[in-house]
Amino acid sequence: MLPEIPSVNLTAVLPLVWLCLGAIAVLMVDVFMKDARGWVEGLGLVILAGTAASAIAIWDTPQRVFNGMFSSDRVTQAFTLIFVLGTALTWLLSYNYTAREGIARGEYYALLLFAAGGMVIMAGGTNLVTIFLGLEVMSIASYVLAGLLKTRLASSEASMKYFLMGAFASGFLLYGIALIYGSTGSLDHAILSERLADQSGAADWLLLVGIGLLVVGFGFKVAAVPFHMWAPDVYEGAPTSVTGFMAAAVKAAGFAALFRVFAGPLAALHVDWGGILWVVAVLTMTLGNVAAITQRNIKRMLAYSSIAHAGYLLVALIALNETGSGGLLFYLFQYTLSTVGAFGVIIALGAMNRDGRESLELSEYDGLGFRHPVLGFILALFMFSLAGLPPTAGFMGKVYIFSAAVQAGYTWLVIIAVLNSVAAVTYYLGVVVHLYMREPEGAVAGDAKMEAGPGAAVLRVGVLTAAGLLIAGWGTLQLGIFPSQALALARWAAAGGF
Amino acid sequence: MEFPILSWIVFLPLAGAFLVGGWSRREPSTLKGIALIFSTATFVLGVILCTSFRPDVAAMQFSENIEWIPTFGIGYRLGVDGISLWMVLLTVFLTPLAILSSWREIQHRIKEFYIAMLVLESAMLGVFVALDMFLFYVFWEVMLIPMALLIGIWGGERRVYAAVKFFLYTMAGSVLMLVALLVMVYLNYKATGALTFDYFTLNRLGLAGDVQWWLFGAFFLAFAIKVPMFPFHTWLPDAHVEAPTSGSVILAGVLLKMGTYGFIRFAIPFFPLAARDFTPFIVVLSVIGILYGALMAFVQEDIKRLVAYSSVSHLGFVMLGLFAVNVQGIEGGILQMVNHGLSTGALFLLVGILYERRHTRLMAQYGGLAKVIPAYSVIFLIITFSSIGLPGLNGFIGEFTLLMGSFRVHRWATAWAALGIILGAVYMLWMVQRVVFGELTQDENRSLPDLNPREWVVLVPIVLFVFWIGLAPKPFLQKMEASVMQVLKENASKAARTASLRNGSWSVDSTREPTHVARNSQR
Repeated sequence: MLPEIPSVNLTAVLPLVWLCLGAIAVLMVDVFMKDARGWVEGLGLVILAGTAASAIAIWDTPQRVFNGMFSSDRVTQAFTLIFVLGTALTWLLSYNYTAREGIARGEYYALLLFAAGGMVIMAGGTNLVTIFLGLEVMSIASYVLAGLLKTRLASSEASMKYFLMGAFASGFLLYGIALIYGSTGSLDHAILSERLADQSGAADWLLLVGIGLLVVGFGFKVAAVPFHMWAPDVYEGAPTSVTGFMAAAVKAAGFAALFRVFAGPLAALHVDWGGILWVVAVLTMTLGNVAAITQRNIKRMLAYSSIAHAGYLLVALIALNETGSGGLLFYLFQYTLSTVGAFGVIIALGAMNRDGRESLELSEYDGLGFRHPVLGFILALFMFSLAGLPPTAGFMGKVYIFSAAVQAGYTWLVIIAVLNSVAAVTYYLGVVVHLYMREPEGAVAGDAKMEAGPGAAVLRVGVLTAAGLLIAGWGTLQLGIFPSQALALARWAAAGGF
Repeated sequence: MEFPILSWIVFLPLAGAFLVGGWSRREPSTLKGIALIFSTATFVLGVILCTSFRPDVAAMQFSENIEWIPTFGIGYRLGVDGISLWMVLLTVFLTPLAILSSWREIQHRIKEFYIAMLVLESAMLGVFVALDMFLFYVFWEVMLIPMALLIGIWGGERRVYAAVKFFLYTMAGSVLMLVALLVMVYLNYKATGALTFDYFTLNRLGLAGDVQWWLFGAFFLAFAIKVPMFPFHTWLPDAHVEAPTSGSVILAGVLLKMGTYGFIRFAIPFFPLAARDFTPFIVVLSVIGILYGALMAFVQEDIKRLVAYSSVSHLGFVMLGLFAVNVQGIEGGILQMVNHGLSTGALFLLVGILYERRHTRLMAQYGGLAKVIPAYSVIFLIITFSSIGLPGLNGFIGEFTLLMGSFRVHRWATAWAALGIILGAVYMLWMVQRVVFGELTQDENRSLPDLNPREWVVLVPIVLFVFWIGLAPKPFLQKMEASVMQVLKENASKAARTASLRNGSWSVDSTREPTHVARNSQR
């Protein structure tokens, strides 16, 4: 008997093809061209544009491919667009940054694209093994990315720590998958859904332990408490552009996988895991926010803030309704804009300092809103968006998620979440206080004077970096003031998953 | 299409802010001019609004209704009635004066200052005319940012502390209101199948007592912190003392009214049963606030702190009036909101004028000013009399009307509150005596210049209104009459309708259709 060869439908995974072939192309260009600077970056932007275009092109034709291992539906495409957004913003911010910090360009960009490819696999995986595969592709790329500042000890430490802890988490995840297989006899989401449909509330302990281990594995990737320990150190040590990428895109990928599994086959067991995630969400929000208040280093502060945001996102998952799914997508999209944007401002300010060193201590931001009005304003905008104040996208995202939870009856969870967002205002507003309400101590040494006008400032920061910041800032306002199309789109996309 | 006057009023200051933002910071006088012109133009629009307002119509006028975020049933819905009209007018009246008063006080970061002022004006106006709960909440929160910046950048010694405290207090209250709002929206969704944040649709939803109780609690916290009611008032003295003069004027004149306005526009109509149950509690807190504010004002050495505590006391009266839930109480309360805005705003301006000259606000540093700066002293005296409610001036009409309303329902509380009036007269007059009269003890005060033309322009309009409202209050009360009656009527019918509801249930008033269509054809 001849083995059955599955029909391969590559159009359904076109975005993935773009990313993976693109990554290889970037490597080749870097190796075979003498002066690849500029070419690599331009090629990358074309690849990302192609990925986004193909995701939009196929988003009306949902289908499951590769024997049901991968689902190419609207949810996958929406997540793909979020990953592309995160990667593209990181990309724009990296052109000057990699040159300044002496990061090898070819590897850097290729790894970003491979990581994005892994994310797409996670988002579309409808088989636990596919998801694990995607997770590993993404993770290995990001372990390396974290350590690309080879001359800095902190970067190597970050990479090592991330790798060790990540390997551990992968082990947990794999063990969880094994237990689920042992209990149900399948890894395929469709079959799992069928077998679990009538088990609600009466799942056997093997399955429950398996689910618990999945929570551990994914919780690590999204930096949920108590699996968050790595995040502050890694975020602080990694190159700043990579930190933005990890805080936004890698987290989004973790949530894509969580969404695939928990809102997919495990939705029937909501009573079993809802309570666990409830506790995890509350712990994540609270610990993230409280710890962030005490931070004096802006990268660490943003690390804890991103932990807190994982908590809000879990609220959307717990609500498990259509509003929640749409909210998850919308929140991740706007969160990507303001998080990558905030790290981008740090990068841009680094370019402004004469010695090229980044300003990482919050006290270095004293009075900065008046020295660099545009950068200061954009940073304040991102802070307000992360804090969830209108008229920014962050507010719309929070309202979306909270209304989902209210609709699902989780009023207390929402009350805890909004009180948390008050606590969060303390440190986000703290940045604004530094920017506008404090005078810098003594003369500001090594700070490039901005008297040459805005044109010179843009050149100094880098045209691409400036463009990235403007896009993120504009998006944050646009989605805050006129969000109706994006909200409708998110809702429509969320309704189209298998 | 009719001229969207409300949108113009709300967004004209914002347009001014953009213009200031685009202008070169090397021309400070142009920046000031732009800010003044835009806020004055907004005031002119406000006057037009007032003159074309029809007092016989109870419903919303000049309404606008455009879809904003249809996915969630959120609309850009605006309108004014006899209640919000006065808040709008107070805002557009005080802002140009505040801007003019900052001419000399603000010496650095002029551009940012006027941007913040104009954005603040837009947000405040938005709060008063929004008829969509989401839109209202957006304006309510947006207003925090420029106000915190005003305190934090141009304030005094402890400005950062005061700004952050102000921000966190207000935010803590309002996020719970957001949750209550979402709960309401989804209860309405369950009851009617329509997802909407429209004020009128949500107002038709009658909830059972226990649900009302929780939701009212959340609204109460948001508004009570803003008012501020005792014991949620601790942010106020700090914010006032640290804020620049113009910030204090806006803070006392307009921002505090958002709390009381919120009670009469949202909390009481939405949850009549809970409001009734909460009334004894609120009345007691108001009376405590009246007496406590007065006693605290009594012992202050700093004039600005004294005025700040007097606000706690005065707003207690307003709350007492509103929670009488009868015509006199509410009308008096609304008028007193306007009066407090005028007289306390003017007091802060006067303190600011002294501070600009002497750089101190301690009463001990003054005394005998009447001989040196007579014009200033006369105006100071008039405003003080207005603040303590001397017959013939505006304060008397407001206080008398609201106490009359309140006396019909809460006799004892009103009696205690009346004691607060006496205390008010005592601390205010004592302050006047220590600052304006008596011996000229400090040599620095001998050469103080009297009011300059700019300061005349700032103060005279307020004094005019102090007399106008005091001598001819009829047109002011008349314009709010129909709307107040409407609120009371609906309140009674809703209370009756929901009183018999089982816990956790709701009923929708289907006799009244949403009023947008009707409202648009009314004019």
